[in-house]
Amino acid sequence: MNKYMLYLNAKRCIGCHGCEIHCKANKDLPVGPILCEISHEPLKSVKGVPKTEFLFRSCYHCEDPYCVPICPTGAMKKREDGIVYIDQELCIGCMACAGACPWTIPQINPATGKAVKCDYCMDRVDQGLKPACVTKCTTRALKFVALQEI
Amino acid sequence: MEKTVWSMCGMCSVRCPIKVEVEDGKVRWIEGNPHILKGSLCAKGSAGVALHKDPERPQQPLIRSGGRGAGKWEPVSWYTALDYVAEKIEKIKEKYGAKSIVMSCRGGPWQDLIKAFCYAIGSPNFTNHDSACGRNVHHASKSVYGLGRKGFIYDIANAEHLICFGRNLLASLRVAEANQVMDMLDNGGSLTYVDVRQTLTGIKATRFFQVRPGTDYALALGMINEVIKQEAYDKDFVEKYTVGFDQMAEFVEPYTADWAAKECGIKVKKLKDFVNEIGGQRPRVIFHPGWMLSRYNDSFYASRCLHILNVLMGNIETEGGQLFPKTPADCGVKGLRTFSSNVPKPEEKRADGVGWKYKHFDKGPGLFHLYYEAMATGEPYPIKGLICYRHDPFTCFPDVAAQKEALDNCELLVSIDTHYSEFGWYSDVILPESMYLERETPIATQKGLKPRFIYRDRAVDPRFNTKPSWEILKMLADRLGFGDLFPFHTAEDMWNWQLEPTGYTIEDFQEKGFVSLTDTPIMYDREDLEGRFKTASGKIEFINETLEGLGIPSFKPYESPKKPPKGRFRLVFGRSPVHAHSHTINNPMLHELFPENTLWINKRIATRLGINDGDWVDVIGDSQMGTIRAHVTEFIHPEAVYTVHGFGRQVPLQSRAYHAGMSDQKLQEGLLLHMDEAGGGLCLCEKFVTVRRSSRNPRRRVEL
Repeated sequence: MNKYMLYLNAKRCIGCHGCEIHCKANKDLPVGPILCEISHEPLKSVKGVPKTEFLFRSCYHCEDPYCVPICPTGAMKKREDGIVYIDQELCIGCMACAGACPWTIPQINPATGKAVKCDYCMDRVDQGLKPACVTKCTTRALKFVALQEI
Repeated sequence: MEKTVWSMCGMCSVRCPIKVEVEDGKVRWIEGNPHILKGSLCAKGSAGVALHKDPERPQQPLIRSGGRGAGKWEPVSWYTALDYVAEKIEKIKEKYGAKSIVMSCRGGPWQDLIKAFCYAIGSPNFTNHDSACGRNVHHASKSVYGLGRKGFIYDIANAEHLICFGRNLLASLRVAEANQVMDMLDNGGSLTYVDVRQTLTGIKATRFFQVRPGTDYALALGMINEVIKQEAYDKDFVEKYTVGFDQMAEFVEPYTADWAAKECGIKVKKLKDFVNEIGGQRPRVIFHPGWMLSRYNDSFYASRCLHILNVLMGNIETEGGQLFPKTPADCGVKGLRTFSSNVPKPEEKRADGVGWKYKHFDKGPGLFHLYYEAMATGEPYPIKGLICYRHDPFTCFPDVAAQKEALDNCELLVSIDTHYSEFGWYSDVILPESMYLERETPIATQKGLKPRFIYRDRAVDPRFNTKPSWEILKMLADRLGFGDLFPFHTAEDMWNWQLEPTGYTIEDFQEKGFVSLTDTPIMYDREDLEGRFKTASGKIEFINETLEGLGIPSFKPYESPKKPPKGRFRLVFGRSPVHAHSHTINNPMLHELFPENTLWINKRIATRLGINDGDWVDVIGDSQMGTIRAHVTEFIHPEAVYTVHGFGRQVPLQSRAYHAGMSDQKLQEGLLLHMDEAGGGLCLCEKFVTVRRSSRNPRRRVEL
């Protein structure tokens, strides 16, 4: 079962898009792929104040991901802790994973010609750190949550 | 090899403290200094990596070889460039006197170095960008407290109510402040937001007043009137520390809440409820006095009223209110040695008239835009040289064509900058500064409840043939014969020279990137604030005798802003959290997020003009025009159109920013000398523009 999830406290999120850049900078990504995304619904008046809330989306790290079995080289893998990641050595950039994903999460990295996606910054997680987007979130709205079985 | 370097972000002027991880000479990671910001950083902060990698910045000193603005440059060595500039400065000094040289910067914690250099040349004409930014707020603050706008810090996190008049502080991001606002809201605090449109700050508000553009002063007057009427103010505080209350009360008498509500286009009940609410919450109520208030003809008075509302709340030196920023002296520590301390200030009068023609303005940086008048007329004396350090007047001030006309009377224009500024592109010499990750900067003092000294170390060596400003100025000073005023040759020498009186050494900064001068926050005794207010009377002045003595009223009778004629709109501008004005438009990462600005226009009006969301629209000033896409929304006042400032850049070597979006300042024709006479700020929102659906929208496709 998945051990982690990213949670956005929408009350604290100010829509500054910092997370998107923190992620790109950490993964050294060129123009093109953006691995997490802040979006919002159109404004609606609530008690006289035009309001909206921000939504955060990155890879869902599905319990039973479609992207893993479709990968022809076995590059797309799911770890025991639930993190779905791409082994860059094995990836051939065929993007079958993106086609299989209901949300087209994997994207092509034009600099390497290989697929890239959110892996919760597993190199950081393995060092006991938090993903880049969480570590640097401007208003500390993003949380990296370890799930516990009750 | 890995190392951790303490630095300060240079992506915008907030200068957040940062921690930089470097691996094999490459910047691997930047985060907010964990001891101060707990790692938090905005999008711009992380995009510093992209700035470092970006070759689209000046890579070596350049001397103009074609006409001004033609974009023909001769790459030269530092020696050639600095010899050239020094020789030109000497020639101007000889012909017109040293006072004919103006030096400008962005303001902030390191401006002392620039000021010292300017005075050392022998010119009193040191200035900065602030007359197109915070001067009205600053002068309004001085007129009330005798203290500048940085005379108080705001304890927002502990406030119960924050009121922002167009101060869009969740978009014009300061990381620490944004967290304070969110903490306040998490604790159940209220946020009242006033603006002509809805913003990132406004969507978090508990109350929103969408006002008619240019009526901030009316609303503030109405609030003062209602606060007095409901007796919602701190009588003891007012009695003890202020003068002029009765005169003020008499002045605001006709400006009732009913009147203000009608004038601003809001509901009077909402306004009265608001006053009732803050009456119960004071002193934990903060009226943000504004930041960039170079906007309307009466912005100085609007800001003055906001300062006064704070006083009426009695929110000074109390938790959740306005606090005096404490200094090293409050901690029993001597201050840093300043660069200007051993340079006498030239006694000549300033060419911008500040101090003699305009006696009520702060002589520190004066008012930049008034130098254009001196350049054009030669009065009070000719201005022949302009050196801009990290400051782009063409993006900052209105009416670029008028600026160029005045600058054509100058014999030397120098830009010291990390990127190609529009002014730099028009200047004679570009002296490229290393970007902030590649340079050291002098130690700065950060005042606050826990004051500290903080520094920026070099994280990586410069990629190109660039230098830090302290070294550029030192080398130039050597050539001009006053190098001994800056007695250091390395950054470390400079730091220790600055630190000498304090008893600290640069080693003390290694652990956290700063030195905290106290362990516990320092508060003054609120019952004994005598001597803290630097006005003539020593009190907080509702009626300022100095201004009155110069024939400038402390409150001016309200004049309703002009309604734009049919088909025209008041052009207002602002910020996005993704960009820092023009500085970041060409940053590869930030450009990807926000490549060009749009024109916000009211839905009802847009429908009438046949403009749909996403259509190209022409925005026309007098002779200038910009074409951008429309953002059609109900959440902007029908009299206004809005755009994000900083776009429409015209430096071809910035390939991403080149002609992307529209420049508001180029449309602000005729506003270069349109100044609020009382506050010194320019009135940048006093321009009406025409908007039409552009002929660039194709009706149908006529090619294959």
